[in-house]
Amino acid sequence: MTQSVVVQGEDMEPNCIGGRITGLKARAVLVDMEEGVLAEILQGPLRQLFSSTQLISDVSGSGNNWAVGHHTYGSVYREQIVDQVRRAAEHCDCLQCFFLIHSMGGGTGSGLGTFVLKLLEEEFPEVCRIVTSVYPTAEDDVITSPYNCVLAMKELTEHADCVLPVDNQSLVDIVGKIQHMSHTGKPSCVIKKNSTIISGQGGWLDQMFSDAFSKEHQLIRADPKHNLYLACALMLRGNVQLSDLRRNIDRLKPTLPFVQWNQEGWKTSLCSVPPVGHTHSLLALANNTCVQFAFGQLRERFVKLYRRKAHLHHYLAVDGMESAGFSEALSCLSDLIQDYTHLECPLMPNAPRLSIAT
Amino acid sequence: MSIVSLQVGQCGNQIGHELFNAISGDCNGPNRKTYSECSNERFFHESPTGELVARSVLVDMEPKVVAQTISKACKSGRWRYGDEAYFSQKQGSGNNWANGFCVHGPRHKEVVEELVRREIERCDRLAGIFTMMSVAGGTGSGVGTYITQCLRDMYPQSFIFNQLTWPYGAGEVIVQNYNSVLTLSHLYQLSDAILVHENDTVHKICSRLMNIKHISINDVNKVIAHQLGSVLQPAYTADSSGYYSRNPIGELLSSVVCHPEYKLLSLCNIPHMSSTSLAYSTFNWPGLLKHLRQMLIASARMEEGIDWTVSVPSAVTSGGESGTNSRQKCFNVSIANLLILRGKDVSTAQTGKLLSNICLEAILKNVNSFSAWNSPVPFNGYQKSATLVSNSQSLLKPLDNIVRKAWDMFASRAYLHQYTKFGISEEDFLDSFTALEQIISSYTHL
Ligand SMILES: Nc1nc2c(ncn2[C@@H]2O[C@H](COP(=O)(O)OP(=O)(O)OP(=O)(O)O)[C@@H](O)[C@H]2O)c(=O)[nH]1
Ligand SMILES: Nc1nc2c(ncn2[C@@H]2O[C@H](COP(=O)(O)OP(=O)(O)OP(=O)(O)O)[C@@H](O)[C@H]2O)c(=O)[nH]1
Ligand SMILES: [Mg+2]
Ligand SMILES: [Mg+2]
Repeated sequence: MTQSVVVQGEDMEPNCIGGRITGLKARAVLVDMEEGVLAEILQGPLRQLFSSTQLISDVSGSGNNWAVGHHTYGSVYREQIVDQVRRAAEHCDCLQCFFLIHSMGGGTGSGLGTFVLKLLEEEFPEVCRIVTSVYPTAEDDVITSPYNCVLAMKELTEHADCVLPVDNQSLVDIVGKIQHMSHTGKPSCVIKKNSTIISGQGGWLDQMFSDAFSKEHQLIRADPKHNLYLACALMLRGNVQLSDLRRNIDRLKPTLPFVQWNQEGWKTSLCSVPPVGHTHSLLALANNTCVQFAFGQLRERFVKLYRRKAHLHHYLAVDGMESAGFSEALSCLSDLIQDYTHLECPLMPNAPRLSIAT
Repeated sequence: MSIVSLQVGQCGNQIGHELFNAISGDCNGPNRKTYSECSNERFFHESPTGELVARSVLVDMEPKVVAQTISKACKSGRWRYGDEAYFSQKQGSGNNWANGFCVHGPRHKEVVEELVRREIERCDRLAGIFTMMSVAGGTGSGVGTYITQCLRDMYPQSFIFNQLTWPYGAGEVIVQNYNSVLTLSHLYQLSDAILVHENDTVHKICSRLMNIKHISINDVNKVIAHQLGSVLQPAYTADSSGYYSRNPIGELLSSVVCHPEYKLLSLCNIPHMSSTSLAYSTFNWPGLLKHLRQMLIASARMEEGIDWTVSVPSAVTSGGESGTNSRQKCFNVSIANLLILRGKDVSTAQTGKLLSNICLEAILKNVNSFSAWNSPVPFNGYQKSATLVSNSQSLLKPLDNIVRKAWDMFASRAYLHQYTKFGISEEDFLDSFTALEQIISSYTHL
């Protein structure tokens, strides 16, 4: 019953899931302001899933410029995007959510992607919006990526219901580890995905739970255990019992600091069907104050450029982009960091309960 | 006299199903012709082909549970639900009371009202509306509260009686305490009485008394259904002069809800045991009543781990006001109790003396606060069983925990935006907190 329309921004290619798929079409709208990547998808292993009517593209890309994606292409493609999304939504008998996937560092995913997010909010205010945002590594070759990221983050903060940040550096580290393991031939190969873990065979159930909270297995570079959990969802798949879940929560709880007002902030789910090719899997989604550090580093990189006004003119030359946009985005990010920091401050005494005159 | 039931949300539907199942099973035993006829009229109507059809309306905002419930009932072969007595949607209320109360409730008002009206018009006489729901999710709690409000408007003179399932303390729903606070504060204005089952307590009964190794939600629901059935099945009451009572809900309310400020009811029932132990056990009424009495004053909801050192100070038992200061060990003060005995020799049991013994601590505030019902028909496989419906302080602690946790969350404004989004404001929350603090205060100062 759960249905989502996936709006894909940009170069992010879906994984090949193997096997032939016929007669199914993805509930998705694919947007890129150049043709290359979309053309590849139409010829790739998942080509049957998509038809060219689901694509929206232009020829020249956004040149790693958030303002071009957001303002220039935003105003040109507005109607077309709304139309396409509406058409996809009409195929759902019970639309639950929009899932937006984009990168933060370039111009199209970041700029136009967040423009689409705002459009979705205007056009479908009751449908929730979950965004997966891929953050660049510190050594990213897009020089203006800190600008693009910070400008996009303001939009995410204001218009998304939930953001799942993914750091490319973490992905690189994980891939490195997998390659290392497959070379050394370690038997219980563990593939990690964000707070997502796909663990190998052998009933290493408890290990899988421990891993989900360790810093090596996060999809952003951060250590959740040494920061504060606001809430945590565990989604377990495969032949696993509720009691396994409960036992592991009880086992790990003492090592996991939870904010005082949400000591039981767990949401759990079980699905007996494992992901293809695995016996079981665990996805941990955490709202944790550890994100503030990654955001702090991003702010530093932004400020370094911004202080010198480097590349600013490329942005300010774009119709609709004002210089205030930069300072506002910066202060929005600072506020966000501060919000997370404040949560970690020594607890204020509990607010006194309402008293009733007797 | 008939009772129209309403099962709302996952929990309400699953418990409702177990209740009808227990009742229809109980009516199948030997030597109970009048009893069965009375029970059938209460809970079922007959289809043109003679099948028993539950007088119940099923509501959920997702399709799965309602569909399963209906098909399980069909397979029982003894009874079924009405062909068109259900309403479901696709999406659920996402564990959000505001979504249920402000969005789904108003949107589906007409349809649900119509379903209930149809059931009510089928009854020769309506004993009352009995609603089952959880307080922690979004549909039972939010939609259930909204429907109760509509029914209160439509049937201002009818009895509305709500059974609520309170969540496990270490919960599954993060905002369960918000949803509980909003449900309870609203229902308190609407419902005539609120009967509470705490999942933690029932779970303990399953593990300690029934000796169930891997407890499923079904096991929990069977216990709840057993307890509900033991109250709702036909019984002789003081007013019924040798016939099964024709006004079960009205008489229940007049015996235990004597003041509108106090309408939270808890239930204890003995014995509870596995069917294997049951086969080797015998009971006598004095023994059962002695246990039940101590469970009441020590506020134990089950027969194990009762604190036998709690006692009622003599000053109170003799009715003096002075005793309130000298309570040695905090005993559970009640304002009203209803005792229901079912089974063999119930009329020969020297209940009078034992009953008055229970009643002693209930005479505070000079209200007529003790009643007893009985039925010679053994209930649900137990040769003798005793049930106590109490309006007492025993729910204070869990209620206070719910309010405290919700208040802590509210103080940091956590998750509030998900409620304001659907139209429940901070003011509304404050009103709800105030209402519940008032209830806590009233019960505390009994
Ligand atoms: N993980 C992952 N990151 C990618 C992928 N493609 C690009 N990126 C990252 O995305 C950022 C660049 O953004 P792109 O998505 O290529 O840019 P775009 O949205 O197409 O915008 P323009 O090309 O400027 O129009 C860099 O940080 C890349 O590392 C991919 O397939 N996977
Ligand atoms: N005893 C008992 N408790 C249940 C059952 N099903 C759910 N619960 C409890 O009910 C609460 C969750 O509410 P549900 O009834 O599942 O929610 P709902 O009313 O369907 O609302 P949404 O699913 O949010 O739309 C939790 O506290 C559960 O422990 C059941 O069959 N028996
Ligand atoms: Mg590109
Ligand atoms: Mg539900």
